[in-house]
Amino acid sequence: MEAKKGALGFKQHTPAERFFNGLIVENPTLVLMIGMCPTLAVTSSAINGLGMGLATTFVLALSNAVISALRKVIPPTVRIPSFIVVIASFVTLVQLLMQAYVPALNAALGVYIPLIVVNCIIFGRAEAYASKNGIVPAFFDGIGMGIGFTCAITCIGLVREFIGGGTAFDVQILGEGTVVPGPVGAFLSGYTPISIFIQQAGAFFVLAFLIAIMNKIKMNMAKKGKDTSKFGQGCCSSAEEAAADKISAEKEARKEANE
Amino acid sequence: MGEVILNLVGLMITASLVNNVVLSQFLGLCPFLGVSKKTDTALGMGAACIFVITMASLVCSIIYKFILSPLDLSYLQTIVFILVIAMLVQFVEMILKKFVVSLYQALGVYLPLITTNCAVLGVALNNVTDGYSILESVVTGFATAVGFTISIVILAGLREKMEYNDIPAPFKGMPMVLLTSGLMAIAFTGFSALK
Repeated sequence: MEAKKGALGFKQHTPAERFFNGLIVENPTLVLMIGMCPTLAVTSSAINGLGMGLATTFVLALSNAVISALRKVIPPTVRIPSFIVVIASFVTLVQLLMQAYVPALNAALGVYIPLIVVNCIIFGRAEAYASKNGIVPAFFDGIGMGIGFTCAITCIGLVREFIGGGTAFDVQILGEGTVVPGPVGAFLSGYTPISIFIQQAGAFFVLAFLIAIMNKIKMNMAKKGKDTSKFGQGCCSSAEEAAADKISAEKEARKEANE
Repeated sequence: MGEVILNLVGLMITASLVNNVVLSQFLGLCPFLGVSKKTDTALGMGAACIFVITMASLVCSIIYKFILSPLDLSYLQTIVFILVIAMLVQFVEMILKKFVVSLYQALGVYLPLITTNCAVLGVALNNVTDGYSILESVVTGFATAVGFTISIVILAGLREKMEYNDIPAPFKGMPMVLLTSGLMAIAFTGFSALK
């Protein structure tokens, strides 16, 4: 990549470049693999995924903009609590808005709405981008990342809903009661939904296959000699795996010292 | 009295097995996937979680009952709880380091990792939504963390056994762990009959 060119050949730090960077080049779910808890928890249907994605986008864009505006005021030593307060305020705002205007969706998403606070996509972007760049690019970085997250979890939700219940956005397509008329509909109504896909276990299976496909793409790219360094292995899991390795190394060292 | 105890036992079984925090609620996935390579580290993480989640449930429900609820500030619960939990983890770490050195050596390294565990905040918020009393909140918090420990230790045991298996290259690492967790989730749905 050239020094001055950003994602997809756009000029760096412009709104468009930030948008497509979040949507495609550094898609948080599919490429960086961060924020896995909501990805698994709310994707039992496409509507839930869409609602969760839009709520996260709202929080991400506004908290990015505010943190970027305050980046010269917040002392580095207390930046983490300050970020948490900003993010938690916007999450509370979203929660109150959703309770007022979309109570059904709010009930379906339940505790996962307030848990946007601990979603590592938001904190990761605040730390990695918003605290170092201007307000406009930071805002569009949040929008891009949020829409990228929304698209990914809506698609996962759609796949799970379609296989597990025969519906797409709550419209019955496969199985009994299909909306498709005529002989095609008669053929489609013979489908028996594999209900495990909308249960908890299905979430693990779908994500496992998704990551395996991304691994395959990564391996093919590496074979052709392309740069794969931007692919992540999950924020918390890789950081914690490293910490866990350190812990067991320390323990072994202590054991040897005792002997 | 007997009824109260029976109620608490019911809460414990529901929180630890039926609504297992990882396998049916998807909270605390990061440490579940990240710190489950070896059984003894998994056990340490589980013990630290039991300690922190029980404490956090107690402190958060006291704050909710005596400060937020009487002052009509319950809409601030997300902000207050996350700050209280972050402070509590720091505080517990300092106390243990100073006064209970043996416990600190066993659990200390895991404590900073727990701040990022969404199960802590999730349990505190669920206690409020379900309208539990302080005693019920503490019992639920404790049982939830026990459920977390059970599932992370089982997963670590399975991963130790699988380490030298011949797995297709794209499935190595995270995908295989997720498939294993999926099978565990199916097994745990069996507990729903206990409800």
